[in-house]
Amino acid sequence: MLIFEYAHPGRSAHAQLPSEDGTLDDLPANLLRDAPPALPECSELDVVRHYTRLSQKNFSIDTQFYPLGSCTMKYNPRACNSLAMLPQFLARHPHASAETGQGFLQCMYELQEILKDVTGMAGVSLAPMAGAQGEFAGIAMIRAYHESRADHARTEILVPNAAHGTNPATAVMCGYTVREIPTDREGNVELDALQAAVGPQTAGLMLTNPSTLGVFEKSILKIRDIVHGAGGLLYYDGANLNAILGRVKPGAMGFDVIHMNLHKTFSTPHGGGGPGAGPVGVAERLLPFLPVPVVIHENGLYRHAVEADLPQSIGRMSANTGNAGVLLRAYVYARMLGAEGMHRVAEFATLNANYLLAKMRDAGFELAYPARRASHEFIVTLKKLKDETGVTAMDFAKRLLDHGFHAPTTYFPLLVPECLLIEPSETESKETLDAFVEACIKIKQEALANPDLVKGAPYSQPVRRLDDVKAARELDIAYKT
Amino acid sequence: MPFIPHSDRDIREMLAVIGAPDIDALFDEIPAELKAGKLTQVPPGISEMEISRLMMERAEADGRYLNFLGAGAYEHHIPAAVWQIATRGEFYSAYTPYQAEASQGTLQLIYEYQTMMTRLTGLGVSNASLYDGGSALGEAVLMAIRASKSSARRVLMPKTVHPLYRAACRTVVGNQNIELVEVDYDPASGQTKLPTDAAECAALVIPQPNFFGVLEDVDAMTDWAHQNGLMAIALVNPMTLAVLKAPGQWGRHDNPNRGADIAVGDGQPLGAPLSSGGPYYGFMCCKQEFVRQMPGRIVGRTVDLNGKPGFALTLQAREQHIRRSKATSNICTNQGLVVTASTLYMSLLGPEGLARVARASHANTVKLVSKLVAAGAENVFTGAYFHEAVIRTSVPNARLLHSLVGQGIVGGYDLSKDYPELGNAILVCATETKTEADLDRYATQMQRIVSKLSEPPPCARK
Repeated sequence: MLIFEYAHPGRSAHAQLPSEDGTLDDLPANLLRDAPPALPECSELDVVRHYTRLSQKNFSIDTQFYPLGSCTMKYNPRACNSLAMLPQFLARHPHASAETGQGFLQCMYELQEILKDVTGMAGVSLAPMAGAQGEFAGIAMIRAYHESRADHARTEILVPNAAHGTNPATAVMCGYTVREIPTDREGNVELDALQAAVGPQTAGLMLTNPSTLGVFEKSILKIRDIVHGAGGLLYYDGANLNAILGRVKPGAMGFDVIHMNLHKTFSTPHGGGGPGAGPVGVAERLLPFLPVPVVIHENGLYRHAVEADLPQSIGRMSANTGNAGVLLRAYVYARMLGAEGMHRVAEFATLNANYLLAKMRDAGFELAYPARRASHEFIVTLKKLKDETGVTAMDFAKRLLDHGFHAPTTYFPLLVPECLLIEPSETESKETLDAFVEACIKIKQEALANPDLVKGAPYSQPVRRLDDVKAARELDIAYKT
Repeated sequence: MPFIPHSDRDIREMLAVIGAPDIDALFDEIPAELKAGKLTQVPPGISEMEISRLMMERAEADGRYLNFLGAGAYEHHIPAAVWQIATRGEFYSAYTPYQAEASQGTLQLIYEYQTMMTRLTGLGVSNASLYDGGSALGEAVLMAIRASKSSARRVLMPKTVHPLYRAACRTVVGNQNIELVEVDYDPASGQTKLPTDAAECAALVIPQPNFFGVLEDVDAMTDWAHQNGLMAIALVNPMTLAVLKAPGQWGRHDNPNRGADIAVGDGQPLGAPLSSGGPYYGFMCCKQEFVRQMPGRIVGRTVDLNGKPGFALTLQAREQHIRRSKATSNICTNQGLVVTASTLYMSLLGPEGLARVARASHANTVKLVSKLVAAGAENVFTGAYFHEAVIRTSVPNARLLHSLVGQGIVGGYDLSKDYPELGNAILVCATETKTEADLDRYATQMQRIVSKLSEPPPCARK
């Protein structure tokens, strides 16, 4: 039932109506609505009950294991939420003067310093509001850098063919053309192809390391030399930073610019699709181009540096200061972990992934890169199972829902047929991982014995499999009446 | 170990299954020379109790102010239920609803949100959200250029659009050979002056209310845009749409194509706290015919195998994870949880509640302006205003605003940097949250400061 179907003309959540009212008689009549918008007319209890019930139709980290590859679905500590929502933090206006927000700004300044340290970069801006916006900022800085040197020939961004879709989409938004670089059988960038692709037209290379294939790019220093040798810059997609947090600094790998997904590595909530936060870090030569605002500390005062302070900045990413409340959550998380805790994140994320990989392999599942060590995630391919039974990776994923587990990422990266990209994260226990493997074994047995059972899954969810074709053809994206 | 459940025994057993001597061995594919040194800027970890104390101290240091600042972020009462429900773990810690069957809660909520936004804006389509109002304006400009019948790459951008929105928009579109052409305003009314020339232009941005709080003649502007073959992009405050004409209705009654083509804005007034600037969200609506040019996620209603209604992400062929370099935008994660809060907010307020918020905010601002004028300030523009207005005093803005902060008042937005032609002008706002006593307190302090500081300081009298 939709909220609109509770609607009862004349009903309202009375306690929420401002008692002071006013008139609009002084405004031109042609600028006013002739009828009020048809928003729901409900009691407060109607609303609370409806949305509480809706929430119960979701899988979430708080209720299920969520081994979604490339998404780092780790536990989101509750303290991060409650401390970011202290009343003074919530009440502060973004354009109120710096003197009214020294406590908040100090948190932001210290978060910048922490992120500089763990990434090995010379400067950080917290402005971008999501990973894709961080990517945009990063590539825009690469462009601003080349243009500042009057190097206008660089029109091309290189991306591995295994890259996240945001990488090529971002490069195009920044006015670049995209060239894809193939991946070899071991999951590495093909160095010969890279060497052949670079030239005076190369603005930069976007790379995720460990890659989206769940393996560490061993030739990273050679890649650095090839790209830098051609005059291009190296962009680090921080989607997989959880795998190396505190162990390897992207700055040490030679990256010039990096974005981080704080909703992954720093455990801020995914919220059903955001808000995220995608801070960017840069090496020395890109410092002048950082997006504003950046928090600075001078003469004992924390304040936002803006365009006037950074005249070569690529500009603002938002009208305000970015997702401040998300950044506060990340700050609280970073302080609770501390230096030693950061280190442990990578260690235990990697331990969990390699343990799960070993158990899956021992249970007869085929690994996409059997000769490689898993980073914080790994890929299983179900191609053989599909050939034998017709059961696809998608069917397998849907059946996992019936066993109480969220599905791993399916069909990404596209290079591996019938793939499941599995990322357990460091916050899951051995028992949870064992139970997941048991479920996978059971589903495989089901697939062999009764493939239609798996192909019809899920059965236990609020709905069965949905008709996506109908959704797109007979577009119903807003309720009528 | 914070947030890591492993016992020593677990670790031993897991390493045995892996066949590795220790955890370090799991990193053996990483070249040794890349190993990070000690983290020097990350302090040692602290407990929840310790971080709680630290954060409370910092929050208390920030304090609470009586706020008359709007300028794109507005203080409204947010019902307690909004964030209590929105931060339930099932909403808070869920991922993007790619696995539709296990995400029906989030998906249905977004469908309901889309419906509410189409009803507020009077347009057929809403997406699931963008980052914020400023970046959404950038996406709207890109979308208008894609959807426009012309190949023009100029967009008319009034100076009455929030200067920081214009800045964010420039960042978004800046690398794609798009020119944002400034449009001037009438210095008496504070309304946008329609340009005389629309040559080589693809779209006109129409702010309502505009950055000065002044209401634009949106019907005339929309008609002018359409007569000149331009897309009309409405930039609106969604709270005001409880009472102001919906962008889908802008323009002459007899025009079959009437209405703005795209409407964008910031959803913050609908349930998001000020919170030093975010998270808020950008909303975007458009006419049905442009749905395939829309950036961002869209939820559709469909049926399952048994014919039972359900919800799923749809038209994904527009998006980066399918289309890669040919996507309408690179956006992926958006501002889902804030949209969740907003949907709760709109449901709790309903049409009458939201209209009362709008009327009370307007009435309070009218009262505030009259009290400030009585206290020695000047109302700068003659145009009708909604819940913000530009006032001018004889005191330099920095001194005025600083003195007000000293009295616990955040007094408004300093316009002197972006609009030097207006002199010592500030933008003030009074929402439904302000009482008569609050307005009087501001006016009293204004009077005191203006009478004291407009006198030249003694040292200047030599």
